[in-house]
Amino acid sequence: MTDAAAVRPDADAAAAADAAAAKRRHSSPWRDVWAQFSSHRGALAGAAVFAFMLLVVLVGPFIHDVDPQKLDIRAKNQFMSWEHPLGTDNLGRDMLAQVMAGGQVSLAVGVTAMLLSVLLGTAIGVTAGFSRRLDGPMMRLTDLFLALPLLPLLLVIIMLFRDTLRQAFGPESGIFILIVFVIGITSWMQTARIVRGDVLALKEREFVLAARSVGAPGRRIITRHILPNVLSPIMVSATLGVANAIITESALSFLGLGFPSDFPTWGRLLYDGANFMTLTPDRVIWPGLAISLTVLSVNYIGDGLRDALDPRIRGR
Amino acid sequence: MLTYTIRRLAFAVPTLLVISFLIFGILDLAPSDPTAQLPLTIPPEVREKIRLSLGLGDPFIVRYFKWLVQFMVNEPLNILEQWTGWTIGDGERLRVLSWQTRSPVVDLIVQRMPQTLWVVGMSYVVGIVIAIPIGVISAYRQYSWFDQFGTLFSMVGFSIPTFFTGLLFIVIFSVTLGWLPSIYDTTLVVEDWDSFVAQVKQMIMPTMVLGLYNASQLSRFMRASVLDNLNQDYVRTARAKGMTEKVVLLIHVLRNSMIPVVTVIALNLPQVFGGAIITEQIFRVNGLGQLLIGAIEGGDIPTVQTLTFIFAVLIVVFNLIADVLYGILDPRIRYD
Repeated sequence: MTDAAAVRPDADAAAAADAAAAKRRHSSPWRDVWAQFSSHRGALAGAAVFAFMLLVVLVGPFIHDVDPQKLDIRAKNQFMSWEHPLGTDNLGRDMLAQVMAGGQVSLAVGVTAMLLSVLLGTAIGVTAGFSRRLDGPMMRLTDLFLALPLLPLLLVIIMLFRDTLRQAFGPESGIFILIVFVIGITSWMQTARIVRGDVLALKEREFVLAARSVGAPGRRIITRHILPNVLSPIMVSATLGVANAIITESALSFLGLGFPSDFPTWGRLLYDGANFMTLTPDRVIWPGLAISLTVLSVNYIGDGLRDALDPRIRGR
Repeated sequence: MLTYTIRRLAFAVPTLLVISFLIFGILDLAPSDPTAQLPLTIPPEVREKIRLSLGLGDPFIVRYFKWLVQFMVNEPLNILEQWTGWTIGDGERLRVLSWQTRSPVVDLIVQRMPQTLWVVGMSYVVGIVIAIPIGVISAYRQYSWFDQFGTLFSMVGFSIPTFFTGLLFIVIFSVTLGWLPSIYDTTLVVEDWDSFVAQVKQMIMPTMVLGLYNASQLSRFMRASVLDNLNQDYVRTARAKGMTEKVVLLIHVLRNSMIPVVTVIALNLPQVFGGAIITEQIFRVNGLGQLLIGAIEGGDIPTVQTLTFIFAVLIVVFNLIADVLYGILDPRIRYD
């Protein structure tokens, strides 16, 4: 317990209460987390690969500045060359430029959908854990969402609302909003359950009682004392949420119900490439490899983060 | 245990009713017109009649109850009649009709079910067969090279989506090596050795894609469960009594560590049906997943509603089975 208080300065009431723990706080807590994280070889490799993917996707288009939509029908179906490092597709579009442009969209979807899902999950989890009256209904809602067949439902929602949203927000941002929204509202359940469990345990602890006894209102107890202490499970599920969102978006695009063809994402490139597999098999390999590497690296980061943020494991 | 099961069953019914209402509502409130894809030469009054003939004239609640009665009462009665040969009532019941084919949705599902069950079932068996030895050995030799390799295998298997492994398998085994067919031929009838070999060949890739994905998840659970059990007192007792390591591991530990894994297997089964949607699309297996995708693309609302609801029923039922199974297998966890 003393360890837990010592490494989280945000839970200042608890830390201050424990003077002995405060004295032992010789190094910054985030440095401890980093020390544990960097001792996990897989996590370190994952972080490096993820940073590399980010770099390629964000900086790459400035170096290899070919328009991903530029058609060059004479140079179609080419294999790797200096001019087109990953070859070209059946319309002569440069694959490297497309993979980089697609990566921007895929990563943006992954991060935004994760933010939405974590926000929803935390809000519902904290409410359910903190308020006894809302606990029952909130958890039944979570159970209900867990019982929904998600992939079929996602496909149906996208099929039905695609055209309306495209008209309302334009062809690209309309589908982006729709996909982020549906992934976000169908993936918050795990976060909510974990957060609720942690809040239920934290609520009974002395530092919350102390805060309550000095007259802190519920809102303040949640933001100052509860939330900082549930930060680590939230961070872990946020990391895994990115991986999950990227896979879901690719699956939707792969089934032809995600982004349109002129707006490439990794899943869409895979879907388009699948029809030309016998002719240019590398069109399938590159986007697929990009998805797999990103998801694998994010999963390893999540694994390492879980160990690093758990004070019982750290320092062992 | 019985009261618990009954209580859970009683709770499953309202859950399913709410889910069916949600699915029906989402599909119904959606701003899409089922006649939008018909030729533009059809005059508006005929178009209106088509809409009425599809049953779209009634208000939302009436249509929901009609669908509910058709799906929950009429269809089960029909199936009962077909199985037993009895005649219940006058046999003239309204059935859920597909807009695309104008045939009952349940008949379509019955046609497609065997392919999905074969592929999904086999892949699950393959997954379990791969996962259990990996999990047991990884746990028994914790931190050995085998364990490290097993961890890597499960992490990679879990991270690479099935639609990429499927395409990768096709590129390697169909396009480059030419060993296996990339398209699943459902018209193939197994009658002699050659057709049996052909059937096995076309089943290898879909089942391996799904099977490896399942194995990567299950092997983690298996490892954790075996590790838990290896530190228990009864293992020390068994060793102290002079039992061989083989007996300790394969009889005492394995059987006890299967308890949580069996429930995970039951819990994950509906998700596998969901994953099969993608795999069926890759290998052109005309199972339930392809029926769903085809219906979604064709705007065939009744088929989509019914199929999605069946997936929901599977999830609820297997959750129930998992919970009850846990109580039966482990007497310490009885709920009453």
